[in-house]
Amino acid sequence: MTDTITEIPVAPTAPEAPSPAAPPAPTAPAAPVFDVPLENAGIAHGLYRDGENISDTKAPPGDIQSKWTTRQFEAALVNPANRRKLTVIVVGTGLAGGSACATLGEAGYNVKAFCYQDSPRRAHSIAAQGGINAAKNYKEDGDSTYRLFYDTVKGGDFRSRESNVFRLASVSTNIIDQCVAQGVPFAREYGGLLDNRSFGGVQVSRTFYARGQTGQQLLIGAYQALERQIAAGTVEMNTRHEMLELVVVDGRARGVIVRDMVSGKVETHLADAVVLASGGYGNVFYLSTNAMGCNVTATWRAHRQGAYFGNPCYTQIHPTCIPVSGDHQSKLTLMSESLRNDGRIWVPKNREDCGKDPRDIAEEDRDYYLERIYPAFGNLVPRDIASRQAKNVCDDGRGVGPAIGDFRRGVYLDFTDALQRMSAEAVAEKYGNLLDMYQRITGENPYEVPMRIYPAVHYTMGGLWVDYDLQSNIPGLFVTGEANFSDHGANRLGASALMQGLADGYFVLPNTIRDYLSHGPYPKVEETDASVVAARTSVQARITKLLSINGERTVDSFHKELGHIMWEYCGMERSETGLLKAVDLIRGLKDEFWRNVKVLGSAEDLNQSLEKAGRVADFLELGELMCIDALHRRESCGGHFRVESQTDDGEALRNDDEFAYVAAWEWGGEEGMPVLHKEDLVYEYVHLKQRSYK
Amino acid sequence: MRCVATSTLPPSIQARRTTIAMKLVMAVSGSLFVLFVIAHMYGNLKMFGGQAAYDDYAHHLRTLGEPIAPYSGVLWIIRVVLLGSVLAHIYSAFYLWSRAQGARTTKYRMKKAAAATISARFMRWGGVALLLFLIWHILQFTTRTINVNGSHDSPYDNYVAAFQPSVWWVFVIYALAMVALAMHIRHGVWSATQTLGWTGNVRARRRANTLAITLAAVVSIGFILPAVFVLFGVIK
Amino acid sequence: MKITLKVWRQSGPKDSGGLATYELDDITEDMSFLEVLDVLNEGLITSGEEPVAFDSDCREGICGMCGLMINGSAHGPEVTTTCQLHMRSFSDGETITVEPWRADAFPVLKDLVVDRSAFDRIIQAGGFISVNTGAAPDAHAVPVPKENADKAFASAACIGCGACVAACPNASGMLFMGAKVTHLGLLPQGQPERDARVVKMVNQHDHEGFGGCTNIGECAAACPKEIPMDVISQLNKDLRTAMQHGR
Ligand SMILES: Cc1cc2nc3c(=O)[nH]c(=O)nc-3n(C[C@H](O)[C@H](O)[C@H](O)COP(=O)(O)OP(=O)(O)OC[C@H]3O[C@@H](n4cnc5c(N)ncnc54)[C@H](O)[C@@H]3O)c2cc1C
Ligand code: HEM
Ligand code: FES
Repeated sequence: MTDTITEIPVAPTAPEAPSPAAPPAPTAPAAPVFDVPLENAGIAHGLYRDGENISDTKAPPGDIQSKWTTRQFEAALVNPANRRKLTVIVVGTGLAGGSACATLGEAGYNVKAFCYQDSPRRAHSIAAQGGINAAKNYKEDGDSTYRLFYDTVKGGDFRSRESNVFRLASVSTNIIDQCVAQGVPFAREYGGLLDNRSFGGVQVSRTFYARGQTGQQLLIGAYQALERQIAAGTVEMNTRHEMLELVVVDGRARGVIVRDMVSGKVETHLADAVVLASGGYGNVFYLSTNAMGCNVTATWRAHRQGAYFGNPCYTQIHPTCIPVSGDHQSKLTLMSESLRNDGRIWVPKNREDCGKDPRDIAEEDRDYYLERIYPAFGNLVPRDIASRQAKNVCDDGRGVGPAIGDFRRGVYLDFTDALQRMSAEAVAEKYGNLLDMYQRITGENPYEVPMRIYPAVHYTMGGLWVDYDLQSNIPGLFVTGEANFSDHGANRLGASALMQGLADGYFVLPNTIRDYLSHGPYPKVEETDASVVAARTSVQARITKLLSINGERTVDSFHKELGHIMWEYCGMERSETGLLKAVDLIRGLKDEFWRNVKVLGSAEDLNQSLEKAGRVADFLELGELMCIDALHRRESCGGHFRVESQTDDGEALRNDDEFAYVAAWEWGGEEGMPVLHKEDLVYEYVHLKQRSYK
Repeated sequence: MRCVATSTLPPSIQARRTTIAMKLVMAVSGSLFVLFVIAHMYGNLKMFGGQAAYDDYAHHLRTLGEPIAPYSGVLWIIRVVLLGSVLAHIYSAFYLWSRAQGARTTKYRMKKAAAATISARFMRWGGVALLLFLIWHILQFTTRTINVNGSHDSPYDNYVAAFQPSVWWVFVIYALAMVALAMHIRHGVWSATQTLGWTGNVRARRRANTLAITLAAVVSIGFILPAVFVLFGVIK
Repeated sequence: MKITLKVWRQSGPKDSGGLATYELDDITEDMSFLEVLDVLNEGLITSGEEPVAFDSDCREGICGMCGLMINGSAHGPEVTTTCQLHMRSFSDGETITVEPWRADAFPVLKDLVVDRSAFDRIIQAGGFISVNTGAAPDAHAVPVPKENADKAFASAACIGCGACVAACPNASGMLFMGAKVTHLGLLPQGQPERDARVVKMVNQHDHEGFGGCTNIGECAAACPKEIPMDVISQLNKDLRTAMQHGR
């Protein structure tokens, strides 16, 4: 097997404990939630205030199966002759944006697209490895739209919207058809038909893949469709352009202010609607598996203009990444989780052994902690648990690998047993490319020395809040892909981000946006309009400010420090005291940033420090909101583990009574405090259940 | 600002104006040279058969196709085709050469070759060397404008006279030319198979390279051998 | 480790540029090459000098954004991308020369950053299959022999980094183009546009000012995704076939 399989068991296969929310069963895990503070610290410390509840008004009533067809029918049509007169701005041309641009272009709209890379082909989607889910049931193993829907809602730990997830599952099959027709070279069987594998711990084989490069192949497919429209003149592509502000006129999203990253020119682009497909914000942690340029600027600027930010604290942390090797590390590399199928995870029992050559540590001095704590699942426990336990043993001083500072961050992933059981050839056959990658990066030979792994930030489930139409609370502002708060609730299942990006871009947005566009063309906005001028002036003022501070510290040093704070206090495990401290630290850091950052060069030039500075400035604000969100959510769910909300034996304890809602945050102004709007989540089809892996 | 090239010409005509079409011209004309030099070399080996054999061969070249074709007719057809090929080959060579010059006007300060064979790197200057040699060769043996060591009626005598130790430098010229030829064939034959689209997998590529090396060796050694024997007085 | 970097500095497209020399200590073998440039830049900023501009994004060897000429080799001494090159491939005290990709079709924008949009325009000219969203038949309607699917995948693995052009003595983009033509030409879905595609793409390639190929093989040797010369052969064949069909 030469493939990179990224993701293994998650919620669905877990034996389930009866839900405390369901009719109280005597065997329910006793829920002595200890340590839960009586008062809500966020409110008590004046970090945020409550606002009115919100709800999605776009999903039509009726049976979940028919909602999408009903919505497609009810969404008004736009006369083909009028489409040319309607302009749509799309920021981001990854899977979500690229596919949307191509489809809108084919329909005949006038599309203006933007990305910060030198080509749309380089969006971060390119890095996805494992695969893409679709309920094709080609294996006739009992899969169906309903089952994919069910798995995704459960996998998301009951924090996503049923209507959206069902639609995602139902259009998943069209994605595969479309991609195959575009020439995406998915893996095939000898008979010439598409191959599938089981992924993310589900019992059915529904994952389509192209070796370990599924994201790349899907993106190239979307990119080619996009380039075709560029040639046809329907899409105007602006590469190396970064969106720095959203233009809102009379309450509607009407354009963006962008900076040409080569000439430094600040440009205004106006349109009838704006789509943000700008990806995730995992880089707020500085070190993550995200690409260097991934940023929150596009969505954060929209947030500041009034768009609600949904569940910002939901972050997915992937357990099998190559550990940090030194202070200068710029990025973390993911290794397929499939390695956990045959590798055994351990650390020394004694701290004194941590610096030793692992081969010299006797068997009885090793702690195979996952096998010890979770005998039923062993090394195959879900991502969040594997990640958290790795952190625990390292915090306990038993981490391995080079000490960074005075701390070793890493645990062994040992193939010794597998090598004895299966022979080196068989291991190479199955995991060769992964082991080679490991060797290239670390310089160590995994066939001889156990590998070292450590968790890393990988995906952000949070993002701008959107309704069933993928429209934010600002009319005319649509958000797709990882940039929206998405269909993944508190935890994303493997192979479902690619599915969501393409579902949004090819099939959902083009249908829903037309309802909005059918009321257009909207009144023409002049560049001299006060709101436009204000947006533009603020962008210019910010650039000037950043260049004029001329302090002592580099942008990266601030970013690293922010990342450190986020990782420490808003990473795998969060506590009230920690989060309160983090808010303080971030505020201090933000203050220092605006006094002491050093950005050289000029505004009218390719200036990478300036680009970074703008992004880090936004990350600082986002980081604070993430901590506030994490603080207010006094429950453990999905990737969010709150120390104060755990069972007696230290497992995550979800609190559906209090927290079965989406936290949609409203910007409270520079000096004000964010406002929390709750969207209650109602589960009509998939019943609330607690997970357990013991 | 560059844009997408648009052309109203039918695709087949557009295709003929591409650099790949130029390469096809080189490959086809080059292949004709290869066939020619193989035949030429085979003829030269008749030197080992003695004066009669060689002179007969030279004579036969001129009576080839008779009586349908006139005396020297086929030879002239071959000459015209070869001349046309030389012109086409040189034109495309210089076209691609100048394109390559224009495609990188700022040179690297440091550049290493990872795969280029010496032959591949010597293609252009080697080609020019062959052209100069070709002119010399025609002036010496075909038109006999240059007379090195006496002119004779018998081609055999001319050959023997040309490679006498007293005029050793003639041998040196030919030996160097054969090295150039070997190198040109080495890369040229491989390159032509690739240009013609016959090397779509590893095995085919390996075979093409083997063929190229073999032909290069056979032709260059085949050509120089009679001259060596003359030089050392074995053929008199 | 201690190293000396000779880095190409050029303030803008019109500047003539030159090599600047920087000494760095405290480099460890585990650092990636781009992290060394990060360290250099941190130092430069602190000392008030503008940092070196260079491109990178995924730093995982898949986006194709990075790409430097390192000691005369595209992406440096290993067969990988610049971002996946680690300092253990160099020796202590070494002098390393770093230049941008050089090709007139890839003009330098600043320091080590070049404009590779010519590649996008080649794709625009025909590097796609024309199928509108929603117009696709069921994915299983057309089986594809596994062998073809695998080979198509291998060609589609191209990351568009431009190392092939950078390494080619003719600055030709044939490996890039051949990879796309081979990928799409091997699939049944790619057949209807096959002739037109290759002609349009090659025309655009020539129009952009890339050189012609002379089958030297530097491109395939530099390709971090190890795309073989086969794809150029296929490209040539497809163009020849298109010429014949056109008659
Ligand atoms: C290592 C790795 C492996 C993964 N593996 C899988 C997997 O196997 N299966 C799966 O389903 N998911 C996987 N994921 C997740 C998945 O790849 C992403 O969530 C998804 O591709 C995001 O797509 P997107 O289109 O929303 O955003 P992106 O692909 O990130 O695109 C963002 C776009 O926005 C542009 N942009 C951003 N900010 C700005 C701005 N300010 N101005 C202008 N343009 C901007 C960028 O240029 C880019 O074009 C993986 C992720 C990682 C990191
Ligand atoms: C007259 C002087 C000549 C010049 C200037 C010349 C130049 C060139 C050049 C520049 C190339 C392309 C190089 C490359 O592909 O890397 C080439 C290719 C070739 N040459 Fe010549 N050449 C000459 C004579 C010859 C002769 C005498 C032969 C016969 C053996 C020959 C056979 C070939 C072949 C077979 C090719 C390969 C065509 C291809 O690349 O597809 N050439 N020549
Ligand atoms: S930065 Fe993406 S390939 Fe190197």
